[in-house]
Amino acid sequence: MPEMTKQRPKYLALHEIRLPLAGFASILHRVSGAGLFLMLPLLIWLLQLSLGSTQQSAELFAAVTGNWLVKLILLGLLWAFLHHFCMGIRILLIDVHVGVEKQQARASAMAVMVISLALTLVFGLKLLGAY
Amino acid sequence: MNRLVVGAHYGLKDWLAQRVTGVVMAVYTLIVLAAAMGGATASREAWQAFMANGFIRFISFLFIVSLCYHAWVGIRDIWMDYLNSAALRVILHVLTLLALVGYAGWAVQIIWRL
Repeated sequence: MPEMTKQRPKYLALHEIRLPLAGFASILHRVSGAGLFLMLPLLIWLLQLSLGSTQQSAELFAAVTGNWLVKLILLGLLWAFLHHFCMGIRILLIDVHVGVEKQQARASAMAVMVISLALTLVFGLKLLGAY
Repeated sequence: MNRLVVGAHYGLKDWLAQRVTGVVMAVYTLIVLAAAMGGATASREAWQAFMANGFIRFISFLFIVSLCYHAWVGIRDIWMDYLNSAALRVILHVLTLLALVGYAGWAVQIIWRL
């Protein structure tokens, strides 16, 4: 009885776990959500500066968003938002029993990864002022 | 029922709230994106005029409330999943809640004073 000789208790070696694609997309949903939450003060501050009526707020907005580190963070947040958005739609579809089968679920997870990265490129180039 | 101190409500409410708030934010995102493509972000003046519009202010308020509720459920789930200490969990739940209520007030006064 090989089952009886298994090592117990079983500990998870996180670095050895290979998640399936849907699992990987799913954990990124959590990571992206956490990142957006952590950076919420920055985003609200930028909203405040963008809507401020004084010359000072306009200049500060330009200075802050012109900083390369801020641009890098915003680029990361852009991906986080887009991944979270696309993954959210996938979750809503699965809720109404669309794409529940294994093959479809794999395909939709791949679609979420590809579409969110592609949209990050499209909006990211706009963010960086490429067009 | 022998309940553990996890902070969950053992029910449908949060599951449904997460969906409803998510849909509200997704629709708002598409509206703002469409407006941006229509020139609402072309200049500082255009952006401020757009955000000062009564209907936009109304849905911006809904977006902010949805965001904070959605983040509360999501971040609370992260604490519940990874923290084994009930004391630490309660502290972080409270800090998360306080931060989100503060963010909501801050963001609402930004859009509402326009």
